[in-house]
Amino acid sequence: MVNSLEFEKPIIELREKIAELKEFTAKSDVDLSDEIETLENRLEKLEKHIYDNLKPWDRVQMARHPQRPTTLDYIEYLFTDFIELHGDRLFGEDEAIVGGVAKYYGLPVTVIGHQRGKDTKENIRRNFGMPHPEGYRKALRLMKQAEKFHRPIICFIDTKGAYPGKAAEERGQSEAIARNLFEMAGLRVPIVCIVIGEGGSGGALALGIGNHLFMLENSTYSVISPEGAAALLWKDASKAKLAAETMKITAPDLKELGVIDDVIKEVRGGAHRDPKKQAEFIDETLKRSLKQLISLSEEELVNQRYEKYRAIGEYTVLNEYIGTHK
Amino acid sequence: MIKDFFNKPKKRKYVTVPSDAPKHDVPEGIMTKCPQCKKIMYTKELKKNLHICLHCGYHHQMSAYERIESLIDEGTFTEINAELMTENPLNFPHYLEKIEKDRQKSKLNEAVVTGIGEINGYKTAIAVMDAKFRMGSMGSVVGEKIVRTVEEADRLGIPFIIFTASGGARMQEGIVSLMQMAKTSAALKRFSDNGGLFISVMTHPTTGGVSASFASLGDYNFAEPGALIGFAGRRIIEQTIREELPEDFQTAEFLLKHGQLDDVIPRNELKDKLTVLLDIHQPRGELAW
Repeated sequence: MVNSLEFEKPIIELREKIAELKEFTAKSDVDLSDEIETLENRLEKLEKHIYDNLKPWDRVQMARHPQRPTTLDYIEYLFTDFIELHGDRLFGEDEAIVGGVAKYYGLPVTVIGHQRGKDTKENIRRNFGMPHPEGYRKALRLMKQAEKFHRPIICFIDTKGAYPGKAAEERGQSEAIARNLFEMAGLRVPIVCIVIGEGGSGGALALGIGNHLFMLENSTYSVISPEGAAALLWKDASKAKLAAETMKITAPDLKELGVIDDVIKEVRGGAHRDPKKQAEFIDETLKRSLKQLISLSEEELVNQRYEKYRAIGEYTVLNEYIGTHK
Repeated sequence: MIKDFFNKPKKRKYVTVPSDAPKHDVPEGIMTKCPQCKKIMYTKELKKNLHICLHCGYHHQMSAYERIESLIDEGTFTEINAELMTENPLNFPHYLEKIEKDRQKSKLNEAVVTGIGEINGYKTAIAVMDAKFRMGSMGSVVGEKIVRTVEEADRLGIPFIIFTASGGARMQEGIVSLMQMAKTSAALKRFSDNGGLFISVMTHPTTGGVSASFASLGDYNFAEPGALIGFAGRRIIEQTIREELPEDFQTAEFLLKHGQLDDVIPRNELKDKLTVLLDIHQPRGELAW
């Protein structure tokens, strides 16, 4: 059984009750099918009510669910002939980011994504999906390769953020991220970015400069984690729940802010309930997106991407400058 | 005894009221104490020396307009896009009130001043960040002003120089602030592809989203001595790796040692060095020999 989250408790309790009644019916002569039916109807309503009214904090928990499908899961469902490619050719191999070549309905593509582990052992190997500079440099190497061979690039974003470590700083974490933003802006092939879990700050953005940017319904994308925001803004990390609401980090929020192109719907109860079905939802959007982008010329692709980010920002222009220059 | 009772409150009168004044701001007083060597000197003298300590060479923070004055030939500077004003994209509580407060305190309308001016006769687009305004953090206005300055440099075919001083992204603008990293980097990419020259000079402090975007994207990346430069905060790194970091961690000198900078340039040599670089990038005619 999949791990349950705090807000799902009423559903779990009701499910257990139904299971209990069913077991009782099977064992004894008493017919409880009417009661079971009533409860099942109620469960259906309850599920709909809870899952259709998820609060930002609920979505944060969904996005962080240990069983939430990862980049490699989606690669398996969505692509054929995936060959993983390793290393940045400069320093090392960072398993917090995976990438390689594959086919998407016969079309050669390059796929890159952050990669969390499924268990502690894998998480240690993959540094919990938090990349070092070599991860970003590997990603860029693969993107440049994709450009050379005119392959579209698909990026899956799923990281708490770039790793805040000593070695990462020494090897130029800032520069590695900045370089990716800079180079991705100029790549002459289609780029589609999909946030599948947590989109943590610059570490997420470094794979996130695309012609189209999508988010799964229960994924988040933010400048700082809710805990970090709470600590920074209110000196109180326990206000994370409030921060999750104030900071506008959910997929619907970002759609409203005009930062993402669309929200990809999720399986009810979260992507982890049915990864295969979830991959189908992604597939629909990805196919539509790529079809549209492939029809654009190289120049149009670069321009469309430029204008997309150029337009983000909110400010007003005063007729007269009211500040003082000395 | 009754007398004592009346006297008591008097003693309690003296409480320390937290001051609103920024800690590193040059105080109103005529004297300034250097935080590094602790020596005291005349503020005017310090100012004349470009805010470099006369005794130990410590680089005190400098305001954006002081920086411009120290670099740009007199009478050649024209500020551009000063009329861009902050909005509140997330409807973040009390955000605009804080902006207004900083505006009054710093006499700046946002955390960056942009314009066109000449450095020893070389026409240049320039952006100078000021950490006095919201820690120099980057929101929509900072991102937009930088992009507009880069686009103007592109249009005029002149170099672009930035002086960074920033704590990173502007929290109160959330994801919109993060996207300014993408926006500024994209503008610099376009500028670069068109052959534009971009020089980044990182000053104290240059961290987070600013260090992970335009600050690191110069054709030449320089820093001032002692400047704090890095992606993640020192405290967060110490908590993550559970070890104490060396004292010079994330200083300009540390970055230079690790191959992350072209050079560390003292403030009083900056104008000359920039002039040489600008000269080297001037279009050349035929060989003279």
